[in-house]
Amino acid sequence: MSDALPVEVTTPTPLLELRGISKEFPGVKALDDVSFAVYPGEVHMLLGENGAGKSSLMKVLCGAYRADAGEFYYKGDKVAISSTADAQKLGIAVIFQEFSLVPHLDIAQNIFLGREPGGRIPGTIDRRKILADAKRVLDTIGFDIDPSTTVDKLGVAQQQMVEIAKAISQNARILVMDEPTAALSDRETELLFALIARLKGDGVSIVYISHRMAEVFALGDRITVLRDGRRIDGVKPADVTPDQLVRMMVGRNVDMTYPRNFADKPGELLLEVKGLSAPTGISDINIEVRRGEIVGLCGLVGSGRSEVARAIFGADPVTSGEIIFDGKAISGEPDLAARRGIALIPESRKSEGLALLRSVSDNLVVSALRKLFPSGLFDSRGAQRTSDALIRQLRIATPSARQTVGLLSGGNQQKVVIGKWLAAGSKLFIFDEPTRGIDIGAKSEIFALIDRLVAEGAAALMISSEQIEICHVCDRAYVMREGRIAGHLARNELTEENIVRLGMHHA
Amino acid sequence: MTDITKDAMMPSRSFLSQDAIQVFYRLLAALLICAVLAVLSDSFLSLGNILNVLRQASLTFFIASGLTLVVLTAGLDLSVGANVALSACIAGTVIHKTGSPALGILTGLACGGLVGLLNGIMVTALRIPSFIATYGMLWVLNGLTYWYMAGETLHGFPAGFRQIGSGYLFGLPIPVYLLLVFLGIGTFFAQRTIWGQEIYAIGANPVAARLSGIPVARRLLLVYAVSGTMAGLASIIFLSRLNSAEADIGESLTLPAIAAVLIGGTSLFGGVGTVFGTFIGALILTLVLNGMNLLSVSANWQPLVTGVIVILAVWLDMKTRRRAQ
Repeated sequence: MSDALPVEVTTPTPLLELRGISKEFPGVKALDDVSFAVYPGEVHMLLGENGAGKSSLMKVLCGAYRADAGEFYYKGDKVAISSTADAQKLGIAVIFQEFSLVPHLDIAQNIFLGREPGGRIPGTIDRRKILADAKRVLDTIGFDIDPSTTVDKLGVAQQQMVEIAKAISQNARILVMDEPTAALSDRETELLFALIARLKGDGVSIVYISHRMAEVFALGDRITVLRDGRRIDGVKPADVTPDQLVRMMVGRNVDMTYPRNFADKPGELLLEVKGLSAPTGISDINIEVRRGEIVGLCGLVGSGRSEVARAIFGADPVTSGEIIFDGKAISGEPDLAARRGIALIPESRKSEGLALLRSVSDNLVVSALRKLFPSGLFDSRGAQRTSDALIRQLRIATPSARQTVGLLSGGNQQKVVIGKWLAAGSKLFIFDEPTRGIDIGAKSEIFALIDRLVAEGAAALMISSEQIEICHVCDRAYVMREGRIAGHLARNELTEENIVRLGMHHA
Repeated sequence: MTDITKDAMMPSRSFLSQDAIQVFYRLLAALLICAVLAVLSDSFLSLGNILNVLRQASLTFFIASGLTLVVLTAGLDLSVGANVALSACIAGTVIHKTGSPALGILTGLACGGLVGLLNGIMVTALRIPSFIATYGMLWVLNGLTYWYMAGETLHGFPAGFRQIGSGYLFGLPIPVYLLLVFLGIGTFFAQRTIWGQEIYAIGANPVAARLSGIPVARRLLLVYAVSGTMAGLASIIFLSRLNSAEADIGESLTLPAIAAVLIGGTSLFGGVGTVFGTFIGALILTLVLNGMNLLSVSANWQPLVTGVIVILAVWLDMKTRRRAQ
């Protein structure tokens, strides 16, 4: 059923149809034989977990990615989308979450960026015409604002309107919106929904990516669910319940298991976060981690998981709340947290975890310099010995400790990042997506390592977008939503369905 | 499988050995220049000339050694020359007013260090890019020095003080001893202390360094303060050697110091380089200028030659480094 197109006897030919789209990246099949059709004047909801392939599909649609296989049909005619220019010609426009406006230019300049109407003297811009044209476009979407206002004076919702106006001015017939309400207030959301209804009335089709259940049912004419790069099903909102949708998104993934030796009873309290709020968008976070535990921190990308990790580690400032580690309050820069025994294994190990040009040894000892050389005198042979021991212990595949770390595979690089905190003797390991971009073999090795760490009295707080990993590995988990802890799941409640349910927006 | 066979399959590369290779090539280049000059000019190999080269190189090296640490953190200190001028003028005034060289030396070092610390505060607390912060500082220091000196020249210092820059000990100029001492201290600091290791780590990836628990801001403060203090030291040597101080003595110092750092193989992108390399860089720079003097090449050509050498050295480094990756 997953490959069959929805049978729509009464509807006309689709405005745009994708057939059998596949897109592969090294080690990952981002899209696997996905078919997808957009009809004129419909709102088509695109649903799926993190990494299900929504963004990839969106990028294929707008020509940012070139599909490895598959065909495109526009009004029934076969077309090619191999560049963003191709997509633009077909009237496809994308409103990304990160807007692509130039802050210092005004609304009119942004709308007509790169295709400004020329003035009488070649090379000049007809200022009066650009303002009038912009006004007309803004009127069609019902946005009443002076087009000479600079964009950096606008709020998020208004900037989004400008993006939409820009798309409309380019005669967009298919508008792809990536979680457009994520940063909007309720009132702004209502206005956006009204605009969407208006655009629909004009025959514009909208592909709408959402994590909010309420929106899916309020707006959607049709729903496509993706999972692991495949199209799972295409349904109409009237034919499904939210629970059914969640099950479609989660599915079953039985071929991966990570055995874990769960402790009979948790150890003493190691980390206690009380009412933590930060300017990065997290508020009133309460978390407890005990020795011997692996505690999951789940939620959608952007729900504030990494921000919690960074705040605990001192990498971002906090506005209020308390972090109590090993019985004592802690606040300050990462060097303080590291010295107290907190380790952060960041999400992007290449840009935040490693000095890629330095050696394996340099990277392994960098957090333990004070511990290894209390006199302050560095001894490269001592560093070498420590590194060699860690390379053996973690089975890091490297010809020697002097190898440049950037030349190792992703899994081995990750082991080096973990290794530097083993050398430092950390007690709490905060993992931010520890298995991202790592092959399955290295994944289970890393989980075995985490299991061993906590068995020896350390503790782990683990962020992962792979719910199945959280379910297999964690003693319990917190689920975040929009910068807050939406709920807590004990071991026996820890299922993918529960995680997704808590992480999604029902209201 | 033994380690040796594994190494043969997947060649191991580290920047320690990479550094060693770079320094080796530079020593070779310096020797080559010496050989050419010895053939072309009879007076090159005279003891007097060689000591002169070393003394000249030492002045560039003092400024360049502190600068090397800054460049290792992927920063730049453009204020070193102006710092030398201000520190020299202040130290000179103190010596004139109090008659105490020791007090003058301390004031000069303190002035240099304080300027460096201010640079460090701008870079860390105010997060101004070092290039801009120290460029602004250059103008501020120039302005202060010109205002303070008001066109005057300080002249005539006690004989004992003048020994520092122009005296000899066992047949070697005193600045050469100082050169060896600071070459040793600088190399030891960079290679054999954990602070030195942390400085390399910061230069290689400042974000990762911070998230690895290195107190990045404090280390940067230290590095800029050291750079300033070394400028202060250079100001003392200058003052003693020239036996005078004017507001404009720093203007021709910054760019040669940067040239020495770059010729010496320290990457402007941070994390790669050595203090010893900078010493060779200063030596090569001085040798070339010295050779041009001996061969009666017009001094007008010197900037051009310096520029070509800098570009060549950096280009060759980039080539070898790219091959290593």
